[in-house]
Parts: sequence; structure tokens; C-alpha cells
Amino acid sequence: MTLFLQQIMNGLTLGSIYGLVALGLTLVYGILHIPNFAHGALYMVGAFMSYFFMVDLGVHYWIAMAGSAAVVAILAILCERLVFHPLRNSPPIHDKIAAIGVLLFLEAVVQMFWGADFRRMSSPFTGIMNFDGLIIPEQRLLIIASAFALVVALQLFLRKTMTGATIIAMAQNREGAFLVGIDSNRVAMMTFAISGGLAAVAATLYAPINLVYPAMGHLVIMKAFVIIILGGMGSVPGAIAGGMIIGFAEAFGGFYISSAYKDIIAFGLLVLILSLRPQGLFTKGAH
Amino acid sequence: MKPGAKLAMLAFALVFPFLASNEYQVYVMASAFVWAIAVYGLNIITGYCGQLNLAHGGFFAIGAYTLGLLTADAGWGFWPALLGALLMTAVLGFLVGIVSLRLKEHYFAIFTLCVGFIIYLLIDKWEELTHGAIGVRDIAAPYGFGLVDFTDTTPFYYLVLAFLVFAIWFMGRLSRSLLGRTFIAIRNGDELAQSLGINLMRNKLLAFVLSTTYAGLAGALYAGMVRIIGPEEANINHTFDMITYLLVGGIGTLTGPLLGTVGIVWITQSLQFLEEYRMIIFGPLLVLLVIFAPRGISGSFLSWMHHKAQSLAPGKKQAQSKVTAAKQAGEAENNA
Amino acid sequence: MLKVERLTKMFGGLAAVNDVSVEFETGKINAIIGPNGAGKSTFFNLISGLHQPTSGRILLDGVDVTHLPSDKVAMLGVGRTFQTTNLFEQATVLDNLIVGHRLRTRSGLWDVLINSKRLQREEKAARDKAQEALEFVELGHVAGQFIADITQEERKRVAFALALATDPKIVLLDEPAAGVNPEETASFARLMRKMVDKGLTVCLIEHKMDMIMNLADKIMVLDHGEKIAEGTPEEIRNNPVVIEAYLGGGEDAAA
Repeated sequence: MTLFLQQIMNGLTLGSIYGLVALGLTLVYGILHIPNFAHGALYMVGAFMSYFFMVDLGVHYWIAMAGSAAVVAILAILCERLVFHPLRNSPPIHDKIAAIGVLLFLEAVVQMFWGADFRRMSSPFTGIMNFDGLIIPEQRLLIIASAFALVVALQLFLRKTMTGATIIAMAQNREGAFLVGIDSNRVAMMTFAISGGLAAVAATLYAPINLVYPAMGHLVIMKAFVIIILGGMGSVPGAIAGGMIIGFAEAFGGFYISSAYKDIIAFGLLVLILSLRPQGLFTKGAH
Repeated sequence: MKPGAKLAMLAFALVFPFLASNEYQVYVMASAFVWAIAVYGLNIITGYCGQLNLAHGGFFAIGAYTLGLLTADAGWGFWPALLGALLMTAVLGFLVGIVSLRLKEHYFAIFTLCVGFIIYLLIDKWEELTHGAIGVRDIAAPYGFGLVDFTDTTPFYYLVLAFLVFAIWFMGRLSRSLLGRTFIAIRNGDELAQSLGINLMRNKLLAFVLSTTYAGLAGALYAGMVRIIGPEEANINHTFDMITYLLVGGIGTLTGPLLGTVGIVWITQSLQFLEEYRMIIFGPLLVLLVIFAPRGISGSFLSWMHHKAQSLAPGKKQAQSKVTAAKQAGEAENNA
Repeated sequence: MLKVERLTKMFGGLAAVNDVSVEFETGKINAIIGPNGAGKSTFFNLISGLHQPTSGRILLDGVDVTHLPSDKVAMLGVGRTFQTTNLFEQATVLDNLIVGHRLRTRSGLWDVLINSKRLQREEKAARDKAQEALEFVELGHVAGQFIADITQEERKRVAFALALATDPKIVLLDEPAAGVNPEETASFARLMRKMVDKGLTVCLIEHKMDMIMNLADKIMVLDHGEKIAEGTPEEIRNNPVVIEAYLGGGEDAAA
């Protein structure tokens, strides 16, 4: 029984991370119709920035996370301005190729500074909580709690603030938003910044229970894409729900079926769903 | 491209082994040719049909592994195994195509990205079949029927060259044919193509299978050349490399894939000391190209040639028409 | 020759085309007019097979084509143009038109590989057809120019030629004269008369009233997806319901 509950914890943890990463991705895709293949690289840079702040500079975990989120947010804005903005009128294939270029570049730069080795990053939350036989490392609780808090904060931001409203307006009707004077450039930059920040936070949360290395974004980004196709492009609840589905599927599948092939689960799901419904599970506002 | 230029390139390729200073250079050129064959395949689905296939490297690996396993494990000869590899990649391409080609634009790219990864994962983990991380060794070299020893670099070079010439020849025929025009019509717009009576699924599937077969051929030749392969052959980086070669050379052109591949392989070789920083240069290069010169070397060259011809032609009432034509070209940017 | 019976298309809860029945006669110029958003392009999309109707029937020369996909409909003889046509900019005008005849050919991969007689024959036929279509729209002289270098008006005529190259029985023209000056509009009208003289049936969506009134044999008026009037230009001009729809809807009659 406790093993089962253990997997639930694992599922929640994984789901939280995937959800946060997918959240950033879905915002950018839903609002700007750009599949940002470089998102995984932003995630990876987030982890390395935190590592740099914590291990090389000796800063406290939370501050490192904040610093990392800021750096990646700026990086994301740069991507938007220098790469995606000039390509906004080009055929869609150019967006994708350019994103790949950014991805390759970021990975190479990180590798140049830190090498390709796996690194460990610790967090101040190394304690373990024991609920009557059910072992929950503090970090995992932190992940779940943080993800929850961030999603709530994001939803509040989008729905209760003016700036958030402009983002939603652009997502719903780009031309209409433009007509009422919403600055699409500002919205684009903000969206990218938020997506970058979320990725960095997710990476920093996950790094202590995982490893940090230049290629760490690959798997995560692919799963994030699966999630947003499952949950619906541009849908915040969809990203979280999708993240949880994949997280649980991997936790249970990995434990009860096969640990070696657990990564395939997400993709298997994608293949299955797209074979049956080429437009994705939810077509609300879809592209 | 003028026949004279083509013959010149062919002549150069034929005498290259004698011009090269050592065997290693011949080897490099041969591998560039192998990759070029794969990139020609990518050109069919991405250049002529407009769909970004991110699983292309995966099919290259399938070709390599099919040949490798058939010769090393099942004891087949090289040539039958090559046919096996072609068949395998064609069939798998067909299956993947049926599912993925119904997907629009972005979903297709994402889906193929995942397919490519699944291929890597399976090769890495399915140890009973693929030997997992150990890889496959003792792959047979092409059987020379007692006349030629293909374990030597130079004879292999000519073999690859022969396949490359065939691959390019076929692409040329394809692009000028009604079938090639059909592909281009699809790239210009699904709806327009349909209104011209073109069956989208059938044609996209054909283009896809052709492209995966090209990839499989390249992979099989690669396996026969290096004789030891591992799961790394299915790494997504190979797909990214090929996209770079194609973009630099010129998407949708006939000479683009060759120029891009050979050019970049040689530049990478000569700048070996920069090997670590390769992607630091390539990454931004890709971005800059896509923004400023999306038509690559060959494409830009063709445009320039054309404009030269136009300006030499008798003047027309171009003033107003140039403005509207430029606006049209701006909104209908369909030449990827 | 084209008979539409109670055609309806729902998008979610909204009826883009609502219970429209009409008959287009062979060899006539039929116009579809109506305020913006009346469902005219959707109507074309239903006929040419891009959308599947929610209910109703479409009969082409007695054959039920209601649920056929676009490519099959094109093969049965329905040609169409779009409001924006994406042509291959970096190829010549003639080059762009050759694919127009593709649907009448049967060559495939094998033919390409062995350069069969069939392929050679069909490619020549396609090229001839392209030339023929180009000359019909009076653009024979630009055959060798790149699309990027011809005028807006010439591009539209190339789009016509492309539809004509498919050997259609009926052509659906979606706002052929949009963005074109009065002289050019008149020359398009002449072109359409020419098509009809050759035996084609023409069906067009247009906003330019003077052109329609002088050109059309029959006009159908759509408003909010429904057919509100049908008849000769004279009848339509004096129809109070039509006048109301236009004045009420704020449509500009001389786009």
C-alpha cells in the first residue's frame, strides 16, 4: 500500500515539474502560435544558472532560483526580439528551424563553460518526512507545493490584472487586441519572459533530485509538447492536467511495468492520441 | 545549372582521390557524400513538400542498424542486406507517414520529433535486438565479387559516389516531372493543391516514403563504411545537422543538399580545433540564415541569376507592378 | 448543371450557410453577392469540397458530389480560384501552370524512374494545356517570366489560367476583381464572357456591383447564410429585400 502511495507522490512530483514546463510552452504557443523548440534549452540554462549561483557563488537556494528565473526570463525576451519577432511573417517552418538553432547554441555555450558531465546540485531541503511508513523527501513536497502556488499565481495574474488581461486578449483575438491598442510586442515579450521564468523555476526545483547536464532539456521538452497537445494549446489548466497525466503514467508505468521504457509512455500516448484525433484532444482556440 | 558545371563537378569528384593528400581526406569526402544522400532525402519531404520531418535521423539509424544486424547477426551479405535496409525504411516510413501526415504543420514536426526519439530509445534499450549501448560490430563491407576490396577507402568512395550520382539524378528527374510539380503545389498550399485535383495524402505519403528510403540508403552505406555502429547514430543531433546542411545549401533546390553538406563537412574538418564550439557557431548561423537568407546558397544564387537575366531583358512598365509584386511576395512568402 | 438543394453548414451553433437551394445553368454567368459575412466563400468551399456540409445535397450534372473531397470534385470538373493564390514565386508563369493538368494524368513514381512514354506524353500534354490556358487569358507573352515579376492583375489572370488548365466544366471565381482598377475589371468581365462562349459555366462571388449588373445572367443574393433573392440583374436591382439587406448591413456597393 505504501508503495502505491509512494508512486502517487512520484506521480505528483513529476506531474508538477512537467506541468510547469508545459505551462511556459503552452503560453507561448497559445498566444504567439510559435512552437518554441528552444524551451528545453531555457529549462536547462535555468538549472545551470541556479547551479552557478549556488555552487560557484555560494548563494542560498531561493535566491539562486530567483536569480536564475530572472536570467532566463531575460534570455527568453532576447529570443523573442532577436529571433521570433523578425520571423513573424515567415512560413512556419522558419520559426521551427530558428528555434532549433537557438537550442543548439545554448547547449553548446553551456557545454563550453561547464562541460558535458553530470553535476549534482543540492538544496537546503534534504530532510525526509515520514508519515507512518510513507517516506516523502522534503524536496518533493516543495516541488508540489511550489508548482501549485505558481499556477495559482499565474491564473490570478492572467485573470485579475490588466497586464494579464492583455495577454488573454491577444490569445483570443490577435487582430482585435491590436485594434484596441494592445501592444503586441509587449505582450510577446512578457509571455516569453513568463515562460522562461517558469522553466527556470521548474528546473531549479527538479535539479536537486535529478542531475544537471547540458542535454537535460531534450526529454523534458518533448514531453512538454506531448502535454500541450494533450491538454490543449494555450490552456493553463490543460497544461497542468496534461502534466499530471503524464507524470502519473510515468510513475506507475515505470514502477509496475518497466523502468527502462518509462520514457516511451509519454510518446506512446501521443502517437495513440494523434492517430485517433489528428487535431489533438482539445481544439479550443487551436491552431 | 548548366550541364558544363555539372560535368565539372562530376569530374572533380572522380579525380578527387588522386588530388587528396591522404586517405583520411578521401574518407571525409566519402562520409560527406553519404550524409548528402540523406540530406537529399530530407529535401524531398521538407524542401519540396514543405513538412519539417524531425525523425529523419531516426530513419538513417534504422537503415544503418538494419544493414548492421542483418550482416553481423544474421550473416547476410552486404547487398541483400542493403535491399533489406531500403525495404525496412520504406515500410516504416509508410507506417509513420500514414499517421503523421494527417497532422498539420506544427503537430507534424512535434510528432516526428517524438518518433525520432522513440527510435533512439528503442535502439538503446531493446538489447535483445539491437545490442543496446554496446552497438553492432563486424558489419560487412560491400561485397566486391572478388574484383574490388571495399574495405579500402578509395573503392568505397567511388561506390558512394555512384550512389550519390544516382540519388541526384533521380531527384532531378523527380523535380522536373509532373510528380515533382505535384509536391511543390502541395508546398504552396494544401487547399490550392486540392482544388487542382491533387490527392494530398497519397502524394505526401509518397514523398515521405521516398525521403525515408533515401535516409535508409545513406544509413546502410554509413554502416558499411564505419563497420561499427551504436545508438548514437539515432541521436537527434544528426537530424539537426542535416537540417543545417540543407538550409545552408538551399532548401528545395537540386544542388543545395550537396553544396551544403560537403561545404559544412569540410569547413568543420578544417576547423577541427573549433570542434567544441561548432554549435556555438552553427546555432546562430542557422538563425541568421533563416532570417536573412532562407533560400541558402543555391537558392540565393538562383535568384541572383534570375534577376541578372531580368535586368538584361527589355524594360517593361515595372514601376507600379514591382510595388504590388513586392507586396504580394511579402504576403505570399511560400518559397521556403 | 450545378444543383444545390437545401445546403446547410453549421459551425458550432452558427449557421454559415442556411438551407440554400439554387440551380446554376450551363453556359451562364452566375453571380453570388451579399454583404460581408453572408457565407459566400463558405458556399464555394462547400461546393468545391473543402468543407463538408451539415445537410443538403450538391449535384453536378446529376451526380451527387455532396460528400466528395476537394480533389475528387476537381476531377469531376469544378475549377476554382481563391482570394489569395500562392504561386511558386521563383518559377516561371508557364512552370506554375503545368501542374494544372496533373489531375488528368496518370503517371506515377515508376514512370519518373524509367522516363516512360506515358510520362513524356503527359508532360507534353500538360505543357500544351498550360500554354493554351495562358493564351486564353491573353498572357502568352509573359510565359517565361517569374511570378515574382508580373503585376497583380496578371497574377490574377494566371490564377484563372490555372483553374482553366484543369479542364473544368464550371469555374468558381472567388472575388476575381478584388483590388483591381476599373479598366482591368472590364477586361476580367470580357474574359469571363470568353469562358462562357467556350462552353464553360461561370460562378463568381463579387462585390463590384456595376460589373455584376452588366455581366451576370443570373444573380443570387445571400445574407447571413440564407438566400434572400434570386433572379436577373434587373429583378435584383429593384428587389426591396436586397436593397434593405445592403443598406441595413452597411455594405459598400462599389468595393
